[in-house]
Amino acid sequence: MSASGARTLRDVGLRVVGTLATAILLALLALPIAALVLHVPPARLIARMGDPAVLEALRLSLVTSLAATLAVVALGLPLAWLLATRRFPGRRLLEVIVDLPMVLPPTVAGLALLLALGRAGLAGHVLAAFGITLPFTTAAVVVAQIFMAAPFFIAPVRAGLAAVEPRYLDAAATLRADETYRFLHVTLPLSLPSVVAGVAMCCARALGEFGATITFAGNLPGVTQTMPLAVYMAFQTDLEAAVTLAVLLLVFSAALLLGLRLAPSWVRIDAHRNH
Amino acid sequence: MKRMSAVLAFLFAAALAATSLSASKPKPAEGTTLTVFAAASLTEPFTELGRMLESSHPGLTVRFNFAGSQQLAAQIDQNADADLFASADEHWMSFLVDHGKIEGEPRVFAHNELVVIVPKSNPARIQTLPEISKRGVKVVLGSPSTPIGIYSRGVLQRMGALGLDYPSNFAERVLANVVSEEDNVKSVVTKVQIAEADAGIVYRSDVTDPVARVVRVFQIPPKAQVVANYPIAPLKSSIHGQEARAFLNLLASKEGRAVIERYHMTVPEPDKH
Repeated sequence: MSASGARTLRDVGLRVVGTLATAILLALLALPIAALVLHVPPARLIARMGDPAVLEALRLSLVTSLAATLAVVALGLPLAWLLATRRFPGRRLLEVIVDLPMVLPPTVAGLALLLALGRAGLAGHVLAAFGITLPFTTAAVVVAQIFMAAPFFIAPVRAGLAAVEPRYLDAAATLRADETYRFLHVTLPLSLPSVVAGVAMCCARALGEFGATITFAGNLPGVTQTMPLAVYMAFQTDLEAAVTLAVLLLVFSAALLLGLRLAPSWVRIDAHRNH
Repeated sequence: MKRMSAVLAFLFAAALAATSLSASKPKPAEGTTLTVFAAASLTEPFTELGRMLESSHPGLTVRFNFAGSQQLAAQIDQNADADLFASADEHWMSFLVDHGKIEGEPRVFAHNELVVIVPKSNPARIQTLPEISKRGVKVVLGSPSTPIGIYSRGVLQRMGALGLDYPSNFAERVLANVVSEEDNVKSVVTKVQIAEADAGIVYRSDVTDPVARVVRVFQIPPKAQVVANYPIAPLKSSIHGQEARAFLNLLASKEGRAVIERYHMTVPEPDKH
């Protein structure tokens, strides 16, 4: 009651519970990853990585996730800006639509994409009239990835853009900077860390996309069989191949997330240097 | 001291997590649960047989895991918790026999045949079977690791050898038309059902009434046809031997055989197993 730093029994209890909870969750998160990495000896792992089938899946995964990420940035930046800076009727609804893929089971997303963009789908039959059919093509893989990964870009970018202090923009405005100038030279540099975060999250999510891809795009090596699909198919016949692919995918995803943890500091330094 | 307790807590938690992972077996609380891992093509007849067994054995729940036989075999090989395994081919059954997972001798309880299905809307305008080798026809097959995928490729080879209207490189041409390799036969059915695929090869038993309403069936010439044998066997790890036997007995009974036959599969003569 007297000293401010007195530690009650209750505090100790809370600490124990907190430590235990953290340990349990960490174990649950780390154990499967450890099991995966430890399953195949490193030498075998490296030997199998040169397998043409592995490289084919890896190449397809990298190309499609990169394409999906570029598309999401190009199409998502204006939307994120709109949601961050403008108040208009239906904004909440728009936010829900944008966020929905994050919580939607991917197979549901795949089914929805088929019914929308499939050959007999809502918009798909219009495309078909122009001779464009999406399902079973590499483009369908990219579309599935865009659908699933876009919210992972828009959410942090929207928050980043909204956090830019209006007084900077006002200051720029008093110097007769037009809106384009203010966006390019004030808003964007200031929110660059969140844009980088959004790009990394979006790319990682696209890289890991499985359910929507196999449902909407199908499964054909070299065309639609990305790394996660290759892992799934390999698991059914060749566990070692599945683990090799899985570890490779893990390395890329972890590198992206680690890069994200390191990137904002550089980005901030750069942003300061430029201005 | 603080670090020590943190380490202890972590170890305790890790042990806890490890035991809870291995202890995922369902507790036989009130009744018993019989877990059957069965080929995707057995979905309809086995679901019906499961219901029959449940109604004649109060307290018993029959739970199914339907998937590609290769996937089920992989799961059982990784010690998945199952009592019975029914495969769509003998390969994946032998795989588990070789890995010491099977109790006793597997018994073939059904035969199936293959058919080619095309959406009723027929986007590729296929009128005869050789036309599925036309350029640009979107063909969906089971992946080469699935029983249906292996049978389909065999049938295509044999169709090519028939001569008649079949080009000599029929199989290669059809395989070049493949736009997706599905992980089980039901996914092939779905892709044709929703008319995304122009043609697919499935089991005769997959053409259930709802499917028959939306697809057109092409019979494979008898000379090119294969017979898919379905073996079933209990697993060594099963603790529900009695219930598993009850399921096998039902399957071998007149009623059980009638269910299998209703789904356009044939059953072996009762004495011949």
